[in-house]
Amino acid sequence: MAWLTLDNLGLTEGGTRIVDGVSLSLAAGRTVVLGPNGAGKSTLLRLIHGLLHPSGGELHWPHALSQAMVFQRPVMLRTTAMANVAYGLKLKGHAARECAIRAREALGRAGLEHLAARPARLLSGGEQQRVALARAWALEPELLILDEPTASLDPASSREVERIIGEIAANGTRILMTTHNLGQAKRLADEIVFIDRGRVVEQTPVRDFFTRPRSDAAQDFLKEESP
Amino acid sequence: MHDFNEPFVTAWQLVAAADARLAGIVLLSLRVSLAATAIACIVGMPIGALLAVGRFPGRRALIVLFNGLMGLPPVVVGLLVYLLLSRAGPLGSLGLLFSPGAMVVAQAILVTPIVAALTRQVVADAWTEYREQLRSLGAGRPRAAATLLWDGRFSLSTAALAGFGRAIAEVGAVMIVGGNIDGVTRVMTTTIALETSKGDLPLALALGFILITVVLAINAVAYGVRGWAERRWG
Repeated sequence: MAWLTLDNLGLTEGGTRIVDGVSLSLAAGRTVVLGPNGAGKSTLLRLIHGLLHPSGGELHWPHALSQAMVFQRPVMLRTTAMANVAYGLKLKGHAARECAIRAREALGRAGLEHLAARPARLLSGGEQQRVALARAWALEPELLILDEPTASLDPASSREVERIIGEIAANGTRILMTTHNLGQAKRLADEIVFIDRGRVVEQTPVRDFFTRPRSDAAQDFLKEESP
Repeated sequence: MHDFNEPFVTAWQLVAAADARLAGIVLLSLRVSLAATAIACIVGMPIGALLAVGRFPGRRALIVLFNGLMGLPPVVVGLLVYLLLSRAGPLGSLGLLFSPGAMVVAQAILVTPIVAALTRQVVADAWTEYREQLRSLGAGRPRAAATLLWDGRFSLSTAALAGFGRAIAEVGAVMIVGGNIDGVTRVMTTTIALETSKGDLPLALALGFILITVVLAINAVAYGVRGWAERRWG
């Protein structure tokens, strides 16, 4: 049962088709979008999250899903890690007490309880990204979108971020993410959507994609990206 | 015959003795300009933040307007406030003309565009960084503006400071609407202008020292607070 269907979705900017007639049915719990630089992965995620408006086509949500998004570079407010997590809850209209309780829980699940009172912007990049994940997790979204969440992190931080994403998925939240790390895609994905130049080239279960990709473009991509 | 150094010596003696007349003038200056700056911040900062994140018709024109008004000539503001507050004017019934209240109004009008324009710049820079995250979390534009004002509170101290510097140093507006009445509306700048023209250089010089010291001291404190805040909050 698809939770999102894209019908000929497009975004044109300055005459360039960044997303070019994408039709997709997303039904998997954990979907990873792969593709070369500039393929339109981030733009596709932003269209789905509603940060960008498509210049053509439609999104069909069979049931409206509550969403949260984690970006490549975490954006932290000049306050404590705890208050950063609580901020998202406050915007949803929760009472201050409940915000504090849920924020503390989310920080705990992300393994950050000891950093709750620290100024968020002075944390390391990996810690900030985990605070951003906790902030998204605290909202208990039905769909979590992540745009290259580990692109600027060291391996240890990346593993920790992967662990958290895995746990969020295990709690029933749908995951839609992009990554440049093929190992990560293998570990996290149920299904791969491969896009190139704004178009969907193939949509394949993860095991098949890495052993026998159907498209030439994906074969070339895997050859180039694999060591 | 006046020795060139003599006014300096006398000026220093006035400052050192905390001369009562001198102290009264300095305190009135500070009260008027601090009140005007406070009003300008309360009005100008939300305006600046909304100009930075808002999307409404006429936004660009307003940005140009506020940037232009940063260079508003104090005497013109003084004249306009004078006309508003004069007995025949629309606000004449308030009886504010030639009172410290009128001086606060004039300086607040002078300083608000400065605070608004500088705030807009600070918030606009932050908005490019925070925009997607705040929208993703569901913050509407007014809420985003408020969040960015609070987040930029330390950078915004510079905007308040620039406004205060402008207020405490201007002569034209307070001269016209205050009337430079001894013991009532005489502030540092108007006293310096008057005493210099009368030839009482020591008092003028003493006030000049104090004026410069006040401005430097406030800048130093603000610089220190910003540095501390950056180390504390990043």
